[in-house]
Amino acid sequence: MSTLDSKIPKGPLKDKWTSYKDKINLVNPANKRNIDVIVVGTGLAGGSASATLAELGYNVKAFCYQDSPRRAHSIAAQGGINAAKNYQGDGDSVYRLFYDTVKGGDYRSREANVYRLAEVSANIIDQCVAQGVPFARDYGGLLDNRSFGGVLVSRTFYAKGQTGQQLLLGAYSAMNRQIARGKIQMHNRHEMLDVVVVDGKARGIIARNLVTGEIERHSAHAVVIASGGYGNVYFLSTNAMGSNATAAWKIHKKGAYFANPCYTQIHPTCIPRSGDYQSKLTLMSESLRNDGRIWVPKNMDDVKAIREGKLKPTQIAEENRDYYLERRYPAFGNLVPRDVASRAAKERCDAGYGVNATGEAVYLDFASAIQRYGKEEALVKGLDASDAKLVKKLGQDIVKAKYGNLFQMYEKITDDNPYETPMMIYPAVHYTMGGIWVDYNLMTTVPGLYAIGEANFSDHGANRLGASALMQGLADGYFVLPYTIGDYLSNDIRTGEISTDSPEFEEAEKSVKDTIEKFINNKGSHSVDYFHKKLGNIMWNKCGMSRNEQGLKEAIQEIKELREQFWKEVNVPGTANEFNKELEKAGRVADFLELGELFAKDALHRTESCGGHFREESVETDGEQKGEALRDDQNFAYVAAWEYKGEPSDAVLHKEQLEFNDIELKQRSYK
Amino acid sequence: MNLTLKIWRQKGPKDQGKMVDYKVSDISEHMSFLEMLDVLNEQLIEKGEEPVAFDHDCREGICGMCSLYINGEAHGPDRGVTTCQLHMRMFNDGDTIYIEPFRAKAFPIIKDLTVDRSAFDRIQHAGGYVSVNTSGNTQDANAIPIPKDDADKAFDAATCIGCGACVASCKNSSAMLYVSAKVSQFALLPQGQIEAKDRVLNMVNQMDLEGFGNCTNTGACEVECPKGISLENIARMNREFLKASIK
Repeated sequence: MSTLDSKIPKGPLKDKWTSYKDKINLVNPANKRNIDVIVVGTGLAGGSASATLAELGYNVKAFCYQDSPRRAHSIAAQGGINAAKNYQGDGDSVYRLFYDTVKGGDYRSREANVYRLAEVSANIIDQCVAQGVPFARDYGGLLDNRSFGGVLVSRTFYAKGQTGQQLLLGAYSAMNRQIARGKIQMHNRHEMLDVVVVDGKARGIIARNLVTGEIERHSAHAVVIASGGYGNVYFLSTNAMGSNATAAWKIHKKGAYFANPCYTQIHPTCIPRSGDYQSKLTLMSESLRNDGRIWVPKNMDDVKAIREGKLKPTQIAEENRDYYLERRYPAFGNLVPRDVASRAAKERCDAGYGVNATGEAVYLDFASAIQRYGKEEALVKGLDASDAKLVKKLGQDIVKAKYGNLFQMYEKITDDNPYETPMMIYPAVHYTMGGIWVDYNLMTTVPGLYAIGEANFSDHGANRLGASALMQGLADGYFVLPYTIGDYLSNDIRTGEISTDSPEFEEAEKSVKDTIEKFINNKGSHSVDYFHKKLGNIMWNKCGMSRNEQGLKEAIQEIKELREQFWKEVNVPGTANEFNKELEKAGRVADFLELGELFAKDALHRTESCGGHFREESVETDGEQKGEALRDDQNFAYVAAWEYKGEPSDAVLHKEQLEFNDIELKQRSYK
Repeated sequence: MNLTLKIWRQKGPKDQGKMVDYKVSDISEHMSFLEMLDVLNEQLIEKGEEPVAFDHDCREGICGMCSLYINGEAHGPDRGVTTCQLHMRMFNDGDTIYIEPFRAKAFPIIKDLTVDRSAFDRIQHAGGYVSVNTSGNTQDANAIPIPKDDADKAFDAATCIGCGACVASCKNSSAMLYVSAKVSQFALLPQGQIEAKDRVLNMVNQMDLEGFGNCTNTGACEVECPKGISLENIARMNREFLKASIK
């Protein structure tokens, strides 16, 4: 087993990034003009990286599968972005953001990366405001903050429930400025189908023009993968329908190690499933847990009456409600981290207290927040705070101002009015902490090949805190990669343009074309979705919120069989040389069918519980923490980085031992 | 419920298109409109026919990828939603539903219900940004206080998702609501003042070059906009344009 070199700079944690930046090699502006960089994906990470690299002077070739870079799924992020600004004066600092993130990640992330993330977080807010991102402000004209799960300060900046949209449009506008200057060549409706490695270095990609079906070769001196996470391996998730792991999986097959695939975030507050036809799940922002209280009935009779439609949740008296998060975790209450909140919901529902027909839903209730805000507003306006009707109206207005778009979205989907009755929610797959292994420079195990944003594994350990994904995407793209990639490219100033006529490009293109031909000529009996849904079922049932040895072994076997069946029986209508959505999906599902197996293999080998990875065999058996997840730092304080060797079952494990010099490893307690 | 669908089918940009009838049955009222189309497409694939091509991605009303002109309305009969958030409870058993692409000269058809909206991107390239480098070495975010009301209005304008419903709804295929949303966002913020004149002139110029029609103040765009972008933005853009033109 080889050891992985994470290339963490020496020196005290606080100085690492600054002194490292002072010493790394730079490329002079005249030489940057002769260097090309490919960026795949245009979300917060890819969009901000493309804009910044182009602004520095590199020639950027950017790719996205959507019809415009603005549609990347970062756009759907709702609640906010963390930054250690301490504008609220509530004790926040770079160290505290770093500490919260490492603890929230259940001590499975890399200290140096997380500290750097916390360090640059404040710049992100400055940058976005300068770009004209309209964050929420208070009446004095200054920026407002809210709280998110797993922390005790208010450090989250937001733009109503559309923070991701506003940040992405900021990055998109920065891209547009460079597209107009000709420094970014934008390739919309293009999908990367392979990376080309020449003499051991990433030198280009093979992409399919999704409109014409043409297979294209694109060369560059470095390739950056910013294609997001692999949550759609579950078929149902909060990801966009097109979100996929193909770029990440293809580079894995060309030598990039894949780290911690089993670390998946199941988000506690999503709209429950309604039927088999369901195509995706919708998130209700974590910010709602600032004001919403989560509960199920205490008595089984009430549960039954609710399911039969004989009782409404508003008719259940306070003393007959079980606010189980407040009961189990008094210090953090409804704002425990996502993995903890999700498991607690599952625990109640498994015990039979679920409040909808499927038994998989709990309440998220705003009644007390409406009361609290309404009374305050009545006092501020000098109105009668004992007038219940008025108080309710005033309170609803405040809640509307804070979460209006989320409430509207909920009502449109469920046909229930959440201002009058509690929302029903249940956990759903949302984010993947695992991803392509990268070193401190965000470079993969293939020289010249980088992975940023959700596509890499580095910052969130085994569980990501709310409002940290936006922070990481923008930190990687705006402030980290532009420095580290320069150090690598400084060796390429004499290389000249990379030719696409080499045997390596030839071979990669041929293999892509062969796969497409195979799909088109297969003429099997089942659609792509048929297989994707089956894979999703295996993943959710056996690699979901809780996992055990037997289930994981079964999952490995079942996914393997499903994959074989897929290649024999998949039906892809249409031709290769046209706009063909089924063909696009086929390629993505083929990759998910391999990734899913590696996921289960990783989950099987990690016999501890940590963050989003909960092994039923590893729980605290007594004391105050009884029933909580039990980590095993002795044996598992490492990053599991898998090397591709053909079949997923042949993947070879490499370990990066995690060192904690500035934080003491502790049982994570939110009690 | 059982439905008859009349759907625009067109093989490619240069092919002749036509309306084709399809039947779907056992549709649940809780399905979204696109999930209903998924059911149709599964049926077509099973029968060895080509599925209907339509754009969609996030399916939660924010990416702006989905379109569709349903029974003569952009994003269908419900208000304040995109097609992906439209639910079948808005329809009745036995209904006939007409499904067409967004129609506008500046939005050429790619295939079936999919159109090319890259003209929108090109308008943004013409000035939809503040020219600030992404170095992070800008002033502190709280150095410029912005009145809450201005910030809120800028935010409201900035929530445009660029779907093109305004263009599809307009009898002139005008993109004024879309362009004015971006112009307004920056016109309301101090960060946008420096380049305000060039921005509005260049963006409006590009809008005209792309072949979008003019605004005749009908207001259909505002009614059909899934994000409730206000017509006030068009008025604001007109003022900005006038200010920039006379100097």
